[in-house]
Parts: sequence; structure tokens; C-alpha cells
Amino acid sequence: MNIRVRLFATLREGRGKELMLEALNEGVTPKDIINRLGILEEEVAILLINGRDGEMSTVLKVNDVVSIFPPVGGG
Amino acid sequence: MFGFTGKVLRINLKEKSIKTEPLNMDLAKKYVGGRGLAEKYLMDEIDPKIDALSSENKLIFVTGPLSGTPTPTGGRYMVVTKSPLTDTVACSNSGGRWGAELKMAGYDMIIIEEKSDKPVYININNDEVTIRDASHLWGMVTSEVTEALIKEIGDEKVKVANIGPGGENLSRMAAIMNDIDRAAGRSGVGAVMGSKNLKAITVRGTGKPAVANPEKLKEVVANCNKKIRENGVTGQGLPTYGTAVLVNIINENGVFPVNNFQSSHFAKAEDLSGETLAEKYLIKRVGCYGCPIACGRHCKVDDLESGGPEYETIWGFGADCGVSDMGAVIKANYWCNELGLDTISASATIAAAMELYQKGYIKEEDTDGVPLEFGNADAVIQWTKRMGKREGLGDKLADGSYRLCEMYGVPELSMSVKKQEIPAYDPRGIQGQGLAYATSNRGGCHVRAYLISPEILALPEKLDRFSLEGKPQWVKVFQDLTAVIDSSGLCLFTSFAMGAQDYADMYNAVCGTDHTAQSILEAGERIWNIEKLFNLESGLSITDDTLPKRLLEEPIVDGPSKDNVARLGELLPNYFVARGWDENGVPTEERLEKLGIIVPPVKHKMKY
Repeated sequence: MNIRVRLFATLREGRGKELMLEALNEGVTPKDIINRLGILEEEVAILLINGRDGEMSTVLKVNDVVSIFPPVGGG
Repeated sequence: MFGFTGKVLRINLKEKSIKTEPLNMDLAKKYVGGRGLAEKYLMDEIDPKIDALSSENKLIFVTGPLSGTPTPTGGRYMVVTKSPLTDTVACSNSGGRWGAELKMAGYDMIIIEEKSDKPVYININNDEVTIRDASHLWGMVTSEVTEALIKEIGDEKVKVANIGPGGENLSRMAAIMNDIDRAAGRSGVGAVMGSKNLKAITVRGTGKPAVANPEKLKEVVANCNKKIRENGVTGQGLPTYGTAVLVNIINENGVFPVNNFQSSHFAKAEDLSGETLAEKYLIKRVGCYGCPIACGRHCKVDDLESGGPEYETIWGFGADCGVSDMGAVIKANYWCNELGLDTISASATIAAAMELYQKGYIKEEDTDGVPLEFGNADAVIQWTKRMGKREGLGDKLADGSYRLCEMYGVPELSMSVKKQEIPAYDPRGIQGQGLAYATSNRGGCHVRAYLISPEILALPEKLDRFSLEGKPQWVKVFQDLTAVIDSSGLCLFTSFAMGAQDYADMYNAVCGTDHTAQSILEAGERIWNIEKLFNLESGLSITDDTLPKRLLEEPIVDGPSKDNVARLGELLPNYFVARGWDENGVPTEERLEKLGIIVPPVKHKMKY
């Protein structure tokens, strides 16, 4: 199963903007993905799955897009 | 009471009289300072029904009790007047150094009355205040007038607040600029200054505001600075990327309006992102007076270097006009600073003009060689200049999108609330923010209640952005707290890291008061209510507490927020209940009494 991961702001350092993770096992979650990318859970402020609020434990589906943000703000 | 200088500078430009008078300390205590206090003064001194560009309007520059003190971000000032754009009360807030300098010169407030018969500027050097000829400065852009005044006064340290050609030409979106690239941007306050023939106010101050409890203040400030440093947004996100860091997150949520809100997801958002800005265009980071965050940017493209651009500006000249060329955005932003235009209203008005062009209302022959096509990067630069100078059709754009679209018989194409353009977040996918836009006392605005914080950024906690539950109460609390932050003289960005209790602690240490979190929020509510009373007196009503038809009726067409509309009709009645107002959104006698607001009986009977 393939999952597209989009990283933003400081999380890009050393990892790039966008990654296609291939041949993932069924049942993979965002928690598994951040572990694989060496991102700590406390570094993640906002997690989106296909542009909607996601949970670390959500079971991902084929072709899901996971967007991961550190704390950001402005206005 | 400490924190305040206790002095008001009252200048009548017709009589050329300059007086100082004691600040009304009872009102200062009741209305916090800054925004709230100046609005109370304005309301007591003018009839809200007057034409905002008539000589009867007054223009107030006000600092907060925390301005110029060691509190984090304590360098702000506000401009309070009646808005020529919205006909509501206007309060535009700006950073930089000018505000702190005014406080150090010894004034809480400058009240400008009447109009001068010829261009003038006001020079303040502590107790010495003079009104001087500005004929030679009229027509100059911001950088020119700033340089000329610093030279003329002969003091490198003098701080300049000015209007550009936008304000001189009475553009209803004209800003008042200070320190070259900071802006009291919204609601056309620059046009009011222009209507008075007042080109600039220069300030030099060497005093220091007295603080009630310096030891306590040291402790409280250390605590607040620690919170700001340790918070991910104020300690890392904003310093590293500036406000533009929002481009990607707002777009990923599918609430980043494109082509005048015809779509809400921009395929080329990455080109406009804070990450791209930092990588390709950033020259340096800049902090305002006393600011530990330093979100300000200086960017350069070709030969143009300027402060900014901020997130809202990037969205406006970028996605909202269908443009992905960051260089063009930086140039348009540069011209807004030079001409003294509000970047949100300017860019959103160009976006509206582009839709008028797309739909055939504006013809190609009206565009003098620069077609108003979505995606035309050169157009956002050229039309900004034409607006500021009122050239050709730019003359019509200069009064904002509502009046422009109304001229063509389609006011619904203006994405505005109370005739002021709404900014960079599509409320169809952020229900609380929609309510905040509709009920904002100064028209379309994100900084009267920034619900983006809980609905998107998960601060202080994550709310479901599509849900209506609890949103009226959240909007009310955010509106009241924001009124307190503005009024105290601090930057709203501190609220990413701080709460009501922190503001009460700082206020108490500076002013010697005994506010609790609850009592300071109640002061904010008092401010919100007098703003509402001003607007009602001005002639606004519940029919103005709404959103553009498109956002209420046309679902988002694409992206992660597809198929949603703003469900304002379901939220508004509950908001009125949360405010203790009647079903028409009018403050009840009971609530006003509870807040200690005394409405003159004659007005009261006439209106409510």
C-alpha cells in the first residue's frame, strides 16, 4: 500500500517536502509513519489525513495523503 | 494609575491649536486603554452618523498602558476613528517603533480635530509640539516622506507615521504607515488622515512610562517571555518563517481562497509558501519594539526591497488573484507600503475586479493595456499603483471591492463584510471563523477573533472546524480577549502563548490594578459592546452581521472542504444569546447595566 506524506516547515529539514512511502503493510497508522521518519510525536502539532483532522492511531487507506505540521501560526 | 502618562494631546487643525489635557482616569480604568479607551472618547465626542471624511470626524492615535514598558511586544499603537470604508468604528493596530516613541514622548493619546486648509505635519519632541507646513511633502510616497522628514528634523531617531498618495487621494482602503513598512492598515484610516490634510506625525520621546510594581513586573515578564519562547508558534514557527508559514496549512485544509473565493484550494500554494519565501526571497528578520517573537520579514526581488509580505498579503495578491509568482506579490506589497494602502483590501479588490472582468462587467478596453485576468502577475502590481494614484479605472477600485461591484450592479461579488474585504480563510470550511467575520465590529477581519487558532492550528485546543458546537461562546471569548490585548498595547500574537490570566498579571503589575482573568475579560466585553453601540448609532443593523451570499449559498467546489457552506444562520442567534443581546443583535439594557455602560437616555430612547 502506498501513502503520500507531506511535510512542512522545520519538519522538512533533512527529510524533504514530499515522500511516497511504498509497500506499507495494511493497518499502518500516522504514528508508524512518523516513527519511520524519525519525527517525535511531540514535534507534531497538526496532523491531516486528506486535508481533514487525523489521529495518530487512524488506520490509513490506500492513496491517503498525510500532512504533518510542527506548531505554526500567524495571521 | 500607573502605565498611563495621564496626558492627552488635543490638536485642532483648523484653529492650529495645540492643547494638553489630563486623561480621564476613570474611563482609562474602565476601558483598559488603547482601543477601548479611545473608542469611548470617540463615541462621546462625535455623532456616529457623521460622514467619516467630513471635518467633524476625529482621528485618534492611542497607545496602551503597556506600550513602552518592558512587557513583551509592548510597542503598539492604534488609530481610532469612524471608518470611511465601513461606516463602523475603526481601530487599526500597528507595530514598529512609533507607538512606543509616542508613549515615551509623554502621551497616551493624540486627538486630531477638524481639517487644515493646507497640507501640514505635526512634529512632537517630548513637550514641544508644532504644526508645520507639508506642502513640499504632499505627493511623496512613504520612503520619500520618511527620509525627507528625518532630514528636515535633523534627528536620526525621530519616528515617522504618514500617509502616502493613497490617503491623500482619500482611498477608502488607505493605511497609515509608520517606520516605513508597518501599517495601521485596515478600514481606511489613512483616508481620514488625508481628509484632514495631515501628511505625517513625527515623534521623538525620551521619557519612560512609570510602572506600579517594577519587581512584580520583572517576575511576570520573565514568566510570559518564557511561555513565548517555549511555545512552538511564537518560539519557532513565527520567528523562522514569519506569518507566511500559514500558506501551506490553510491550503492543505482546503480553505485557501482562490480567484475571489471561486475555489478554495490552490495547486501552486508551495510557490507562495513561507518555506519558499524563506528559501528564496528573505533578506532579514525584523522585530517590532520590545518583541521577542520578531515575525517581521524583509524581502527582496529585483531592485525592490521592502518589509513583508505577510501571509494575508501573499494570499491576496497571490491565490485570490490566481497568481503564483511570489516576486509579483513582493512588488505589489512594496507598492502598498509606498502608496499607503491596506494590502488585504487592495488585493481582494483586484481579485473582485478580476471576477468582474471574467464575467464581462469590466471590458478589456477599460483596462488600459493591463487585462484584469486571473493569474496575470503583472496586473496585481500595475493595478495596485493605479489604485493608489486613482488612475483610470483604478479610481473606482480605490474605494474598495464593495463600491466597485455595486457600481456594476453585482455587490454580491464583493467578498466583504460591512464593505470591508474578508481575509485569507474561507469560512465555509471554518464555521467559527465565519461567525467571527460576520459579527466583527469593524467588518471583514480576522483579528477581531482569530478562530483559526483553535479551528485549524489546535491552539489552545483543537476544535472540529466543521462543527457548530460551542462556537458562539468561543467567538465571544476570543472577541473579548482580543479587545483586551489590543487595548493594553500588546500584539495579538502573544495570545498563541498566553492566556487571560497572563494579560491580567501584566496589566496589574504595570497599572497597579487588581484585575482577575474574569474581570479583564469583562472589560473586553464592555469594549465590544460600546463598539456595537457605535455601529448601531451609525445606522448599521442585524442585516449587516452577515457574509457574502457566495459563502452562505455556494458550496466549496474543490479540495478537502468541498461541499460546505458557511452555516451562519444557525450560529448567529446563539451568538446573540451568548452576548446577552436581543434577537436583533442589539445589546439589552440589562447587559449594558451589568457592564457598567451608561447610554445617554436620549440616544437610548431613539435607538433601542
